[in-house]
Amino acid sequence: MAENDRAVRNDIVAGVDVGGTFTDLILLDASEGGGVRLAKTPTTVDNQAFGVVAALEATGHPVADIDLIVHGTTTTTNAVLERRLARTGMVTTRGFRDVIELGRRTRPQAYGMTGSFTPVIPRNLRLEVGERVLASGEVHTPLDEGELRAALRTLLDQGCESLVIHFLHAYANPAHELRAVEIAREMWPNAYITAGHQLLSEAREFERGVTAAVNASVQPILERYVERLRAELQGRGYARDFLIMNGNGGMISARHVTRESAKTVMSGPASGVIAAAYTGRRAGFPDLVTYDMGGTSTDVALIRHAEPAVSNETEIEYAMPIHVPMVAVHTVGAGGGSIARVDASGLIQVGPESAGARPGPICYGRGGTEPTITDANLVLGRLSPRKLLAVDNPVTVEAVTKIFSEKIGARTGLDGVAAAGAVLRLGNIKMAGAIRMVSVSRGHDPRDFSLFAFGGAGPLHATSLARELGLPRVLVPARPGITNALGCVVADLRHDFVNTLNHPLATVDEAYLAEVLHRHRSAGLALIEQEAVRPQTVRYLHSADMQFVGQTHILNVPLVSPEVSRAELQRLFEEAYFARFKVSLPEIRANLVNLNTSVIGTRPPVDLSRLLDPAARAPTLAGALDERRPVWFAGVWHDTPIYRREKLPLGALIEGPAILEQMDATTVLEPGDRARSDTDGNIVIEVGPGEGATRNNFSIGGIA
Amino acid sequence: MSALDAITLSVIQAALQQTCDEMDLAFSRAAFSPVIAEANDRSDGIYSAVDGSLIAQGSQGLPVFVGVMQYSTKTIIEMIARGEVAAPEEGDVYIVNDPYLGGTHLMDVRFAMPVYRGGKIFCWLSNTGHWPDIGGSVPGGFSASATAVEQEGLRLPPVKLFKKRQLDPEIYAIIRSNIRIADQRIGDIRAQAAALYVGQERLFAILDRYGDDTVVAAIAELRRRAAEQMRANIALVPDGTYSARAYVDSDGVVDQPLTIALTVEKAGDTLTFDFSQSSPPCIGPMNSVLATTLSSVYLAMRHIFPDVPISAGAFEPLVVKRPEGTFLDARYPRPVSGCAAEVSQRIAEAVFAAMVQALPENVTAAPAGSSGNFALGGHDPARGRDFVMYQISGGGYGGGASGDGLTNGCSTIGISKSPPVEIMEQAYPVLYRHYALREGSGGAGKHRGGFGLAYEVELLRGEARASFVMDHGRFGPQGVLGGADGAVNEVTVFRSGVAHVPPHLSKEQDIPLKAGDRVRVGTPGGGGYGDPSERDPDLVRRDVAMGYYTPEQAEVLFGRSG
Repeated sequence: MAENDRAVRNDIVAGVDVGGTFTDLILLDASEGGGVRLAKTPTTVDNQAFGVVAALEATGHPVADIDLIVHGTTTTTNAVLERRLARTGMVTTRGFRDVIELGRRTRPQAYGMTGSFTPVIPRNLRLEVGERVLASGEVHTPLDEGELRAALRTLLDQGCESLVIHFLHAYANPAHELRAVEIAREMWPNAYITAGHQLLSEAREFERGVTAAVNASVQPILERYVERLRAELQGRGYARDFLIMNGNGGMISARHVTRESAKTVMSGPASGVIAAAYTGRRAGFPDLVTYDMGGTSTDVALIRHAEPAVSNETEIEYAMPIHVPMVAVHTVGAGGGSIARVDASGLIQVGPESAGARPGPICYGRGGTEPTITDANLVLGRLSPRKLLAVDNPVTVEAVTKIFSEKIGARTGLDGVAAAGAVLRLGNIKMAGAIRMVSVSRGHDPRDFSLFAFGGAGPLHATSLARELGLPRVLVPARPGITNALGCVVADLRHDFVNTLNHPLATVDEAYLAEVLHRHRSAGLALIEQEAVRPQTVRYLHSADMQFVGQTHILNVPLVSPEVSRAELQRLFEEAYFARFKVSLPEIRANLVNLNTSVIGTRPPVDLSRLLDPAARAPTLAGALDERRPVWFAGVWHDTPIYRREKLPLGALIEGPAILEQMDATTVLEPGDRARSDTDGNIVIEVGPGEGATRNNFSIGGIA
Repeated sequence: MSALDAITLSVIQAALQQTCDEMDLAFSRAAFSPVIAEANDRSDGIYSAVDGSLIAQGSQGLPVFVGVMQYSTKTIIEMIARGEVAAPEEGDVYIVNDPYLGGTHLMDVRFAMPVYRGGKIFCWLSNTGHWPDIGGSVPGGFSASATAVEQEGLRLPPVKLFKKRQLDPEIYAIIRSNIRIADQRIGDIRAQAAALYVGQERLFAILDRYGDDTVVAAIAELRRRAAEQMRANIALVPDGTYSARAYVDSDGVVDQPLTIALTVEKAGDTLTFDFSQSSPPCIGPMNSVLATTLSSVYLAMRHIFPDVPISAGAFEPLVVKRPEGTFLDARYPRPVSGCAAEVSQRIAEAVFAAMVQALPENVTAAPAGSSGNFALGGHDPARGRDFVMYQISGGGYGGGASGDGLTNGCSTIGISKSPPVEIMEQAYPVLYRHYALREGSGGAGKHRGGFGLAYEVELLRGEARASFVMDHGRFGPQGVLGGADGAVNEVTVFRSGVAHVPPHLSKEQDIPLKAGDRVRVGTPGGGGYGDPSERDPDLVRRDVAMGYYTPEQAEVLFGRSG
């Protein structure tokens, strides 16, 4: 089993993440004297495999000598968002073919009676057959197999490549769906058949149906992509299996990934959060709010005790729910490209409009004419005009400042620089508000958390945001621009299980509860044993989703072991509920809704200390100084030192104001901030009182 | 006062808005009732200490509550001044649901709390939550045939439910004894009060940071500027008079339509809304109280201009003449349970129909505009207990300048999701025969209306009574600029196989059903926008291929068979 030995050793691991603009790669050689290699190549949109291979080759390391390749892909996400899907047919219970088109009677925004929605599968490819199961699981109308065969024939004649069988109440009794799949297997020319209950065995026909429809309609696309990549890699001598990141932050073998393709949606954002959790744990900061700011949007997630929050209820766009366990990443519609303007009442507003990647901010010289947050950073000296990436036609700082003066300053009585300062400040406040809503407002004390800033623009704004949010500290990893790729390298094998009980706690059988959780454990273990890589250890996370009788939303309560008594569950739930809502309700009984287990095969620890080359470190802080330039903080230009990030000495102490520059990220320390670099190359910033220091600090502790 | 520069002003605006958004979130997250927790049938805001006028309101509040709490807060302030309500102390929370004291219907229960700074009231925080029951003759409160407010449920004048942060057990006991499923209401009550306390903490943080005087000055300036912003929008409207009508099918008691007659006059930088030619007060529960009528105009205007922040300033240039003597200004004891759910949407429809003439790019044809309340109450012999089931439903939106209307959209005044069929069948002894897109229901037009919903529910066991409070059964949602009306709402009840259509078409109460009987509903499609013959032939062909229209319908409606 030489192959396996090699896989177990996994000395040389490459993580590759395909983003919207760049494909990022990190190659870690854990053997003696091994090092770290990085690559950033343009994403090849039509076939991401070319970009992946280009990134591998850019490292200069022979592809054949790599032990393991772990890959995060946006293939499925893009296919869904752009509706570039395989032609897919759906067979439903008679009377219910429109479920995935009707949705839950919503509209895209609270105000404005407009909007449009395109279902994943068009109506002419959704057919109905006679069959009906009741909520109890009892069969009301038997499956009409003749009608089913005719429907399948029609869908095949229509050129469908994938198939969904979606019957009402199949979560309660899957017999009809299973029989229908059996018949379909006889007739369908391929394996792209998804039954509704297969990925999500819970009530809610719209959410389950869309999840199944997404799965089926991306299956052929993901499979073709995996095969293309496999061929490219084989052509370069890499014949082993590779792994693909799932949206739950765990890896799965490329051989198995297409079975549940929908789980790969959101794999990129998830791997960033996984890297954050890993980095934070090593650095001694297990409680994090992650903050990944890009050009058009910002991803935020919450990590407690080094475990990212996982949600079963992701909606990837309007009326497009994918209800499988995924790292809970919230997307806030603000980024470096958010446009600033003065509204009809004379107030400055930032966003929600964005300049996007095209035309992008003014300073990228791609035809952008509207002032953005990125432009404000340039005017204020926070970004260096010489070091901007991806500029087509350079635009001078003076020209950008003039636009701020004209478009923002003229109506607000500010000069160009002050206008840019106002835009930056307001942009930060708006972003902080949006982040607060999806993180610390949900019952957490911000003082317990650190802000983990990554992505190109995250570290630019992190200290201001932390101050607004009442977070005492910012953690900037060694390589903020390749965090998602790092996530691929450090991710574990992971399988999640959910069982819906929905019983009053008082009637729950403790033995049954333990049995369910143990069943999860053995199922997960069996799946992990099928993988090409062997985990170092296997660990288990158990939790219960609970509510008070009569409620509809649930609260997740972590359990330390599968053996848990009803009294213990009651106590844990009451404590968690009080911690979240500051309300105790002794009058009302509790319900046990779901039992959850994550089976995690941990990988060998990865040494992050070589992410920045130790040999590049300067002996003193002064040796890392690149230049000094004026930077605008709180209405005043400060003569500010600019350091090369990779040259910072180990344990360096830096007092703000200061700016740390590296190839793909810029970190800003404001006056009063204090930073030090740790052994992994992270920058840990203690956030000072900052601008307006004479006023009371903005603390939001104790929110119910 | 420190300098009130443009930056500080924008920053304080954002901070006040976020305070309200966090109150909304806190209320929904901790609430018990699905109506609040899932359907977000609630709203939170900040109100002036002087006159209760609206300072800021959460962006995710239920649209029908836009601006409405400023009237109840104003009433409380005035009643305190007159000594009719006990004077407040720090930590007190008043409860009120009286429709005639600046409210909506009885189910919408308001909490109001004074916020103190330096021993004086700085402002009020208030929120509204739709309680699933408030007593009265019909579970859930949506009567189709009440003739006096007393039949509609418990009516609370402003009283202190919390005294210095402590729940008053005596007032709570009175409430408990008068409503159904009372044991769970304590959860909603605590959540509703907790949201106000969350808001107070956030507000204190803002005041501590920027200084009370600065915030006071900013609030005044923001109000002035919101008015300015609304005026800038109004400037887009050509000077003139725009008239429109909308009809409520009936009041549920007397079988004749109620007319909303609206004339909007644009002069200078104000819009004046005149409803004085509308029908007189009605016998049944389709009356609207003044606060709801005003708020319906505001919510319609916000649908048209979503950018203007919700504050009293934004409403200043919108002058609504008090429609005295009409059913849009009902007085005690007129029944009002239909006002928030249905009449408000007809008022909004009238505003859309008037404004689309002036702003055809900004306004759509009429949406379905009904909450589609269908209640089924009965006894489930298999479980040995009574049940009350509500089915709310969406309908088609109107076509607009930018494209076709949305299918199965939410009511104009709501943002809530409808419940899954599987959850309904788990909870109640019913079987849905179908739950489908209602073919052919979208009004024809260059941009057609969206499609309504068609569903049929069978009672599986026991006996039950069906009640409906819907609308648009008589006239479909209006098409505009040559577009056709959307399909009308249809209700048919099959009792022992015999079809029964409610005499008032969209409203009836307590129709007895036994096992095997069925209720079939088709909700309205949206109105069409523009001349149907101008519709892109490819889109007509697609609509036929998708089965949205039959080839024959396409021929008749669009002059093309697809």
